[in-house]
Amino acid sequence: MNNRTLPYILILPVTIFLGVFFLYPFVLVAQQAFTTGAGFTLDNFTKVTSHWKFSTSFKNTLLLAAAVVPVQLALALLMATMVSNMKKGRDLVLYVWTIPLGISDLAAGIIWLAIFEQSGFLNSMMHGLGFIDRPTNLISYQSPALVFVAIALAEIWRATAIMLVILVAGIGLIPKEYYEAAEVFGAGPWKRFTRITLPLLRPSLSTALVLRVILAFEVFAVVQALGGTLYPVLMGETYKYQFELLNGGAAAAIALIILGISIAATLVILRVLRVPKGASI
Amino acid sequence: MAATHQTRASGRFVYVSGVVLLCAWVLVPLYFLLINTLSSPEAVNAFPKSFIPEFDLGSLTFFANFSGMLSALKNSIFVAAITMVLSITLGAPAGYALSRFEFRGKETFRFLILLTRAFPLPLLALPLAVMFIRTGIDDTIFGLALIHTTLALPFAVLITFSLFSGIPMELEEAAWTLGCTRLTAFTKVVLPLVLPGITASAIFAFVISWNEVFAAAVLTIENRTLTAFLLQNLDTSPLHLKFAGGFILVVPALVFIFAVRKYLFAMWGIANR
Repeated sequence: MNNRTLPYILILPVTIFLGVFFLYPFVLVAQQAFTTGAGFTLDNFTKVTSHWKFSTSFKNTLLLAAAVVPVQLALALLMATMVSNMKKGRDLVLYVWTIPLGISDLAAGIIWLAIFEQSGFLNSMMHGLGFIDRPTNLISYQSPALVFVAIALAEIWRATAIMLVILVAGIGLIPKEYYEAAEVFGAGPWKRFTRITLPLLRPSLSTALVLRVILAFEVFAVVQALGGTLYPVLMGETYKYQFELLNGGAAAAIALIILGISIAATLVILRVLRVPKGASI
Repeated sequence: MAATHQTRASGRFVYVSGVVLLCAWVLVPLYFLLINTLSSPEAVNAFPKSFIPEFDLGSLTFFANFSGMLSALKNSIFVAAITMVLSITLGAPAGYALSRFEFRGKETFRFLILLTRAFPLPLLALPLAVMFIRTGIDDTIFGLALIHTTLALPFAVLITFSLFSGIPMELEEAAWTLGCTRLTAFTKVVLPLVLPGITASAIFAFVISWNEVFAAAVLTIENRTLTAFLLQNLDTSPLHLKFAGGFILVVPALVFIFAVRKYLFAMWGIANR
């Protein structure tokens, strides 16, 4: 075994594995979506998109992502800059802030259910403060706005940590000298943030946003745990077609639609946050 | 100067209270879950809620005795363990190759790894369900572990890549001149140094599998994992069962994130370059 072949032997297992369980299934899912038994057809797509629930779940998925991701970005940036200036207790604070990273979306949904359910902590708090006499059902079809707020809060709570980790790592790569130089020239904290941190953080920002937006389009278990059928989303529809309606072709069609909007969003983010050639750290 | 001193002091106050508030934002919901878990089923369904747990194991006992729950818990642990072993044994060699060699196709390979992160991976569960039925590994722990490995593998490659990059090539070269072969230099010099990091990335793989909901729900029917079991029974199960289940899901996460906290940032630092 020489140095020529060794690297290929080392990467071979991963390549084969991803070929079989990543690339090949994508071919299969496309095949499944574009066929109904007899040749190429768009039937699956017309079928799922013409269903009345599709436009609702499509709109809901995008709306949730649009509400959640900007808040998470702002929050993660705030937390990352707060931590970068911290002297004492940095490790403890970072640990606490990254706890949700290890928590599954299902568990996060259940946690926020404990707050928003009828006999939950929000109602108990309102009762304790004398605002209400009896518990009201907060998560019901009569209060769609509240259902949305509960799901959005659970998503923000759970998935800000992944952006935080990426941004903290990114800030760590920015040379300290830039900040010192800016301070010498009289730049205040805000100016240092907008003129140094933000532009130099672009690669991390795009990684964080791409990852987060894709996960936002895949939102599923949080919604199932909190809203159930009250707030239909695309991934939930996929699940339903696969299981309750036993229509694999339709499920695959929605899967491809989710993939499509994920790719579109990724391309937009990469384009907007691209680093000009030769202008990296 | 007194005025600047005062603004600085008030700025400090805003900063510290901001940090405390954000910590509370993470911790308080977890505390609520803890209260519900450590209360009797009656207390969980009662109103108004107490804000102090009564340290009653009723909910947890109910959870443990609920039919199918313990086997689901066992399945979750097995799937996560297989995922952990598979993603490290497959991923670490690739991470080593990326950090030590320049070879044709390296960029293509890195692109393939990054590509997997940019795709909604749980959706792969749909075609794989069909493929698994054909090969006879449908509804098995092993089949599910394979797709969880697809989720965890890119991370394993990237973390081990950054770990091996952190160990100077000179150390290995010194071992070669002292009579080590490529293999013994690796096992005697490099491996002891990266072992803590490898453990961390193994734990990370475990957590990814432990938490995964969609693929688990699609690919298992009889052999449900804990997440799939809880999801399937969301409509029908009583509140105290949900909360106890949620708690059991969260506890390993708390421990694991604590164990890997040092490596979380290193891995993303390198992954962005």
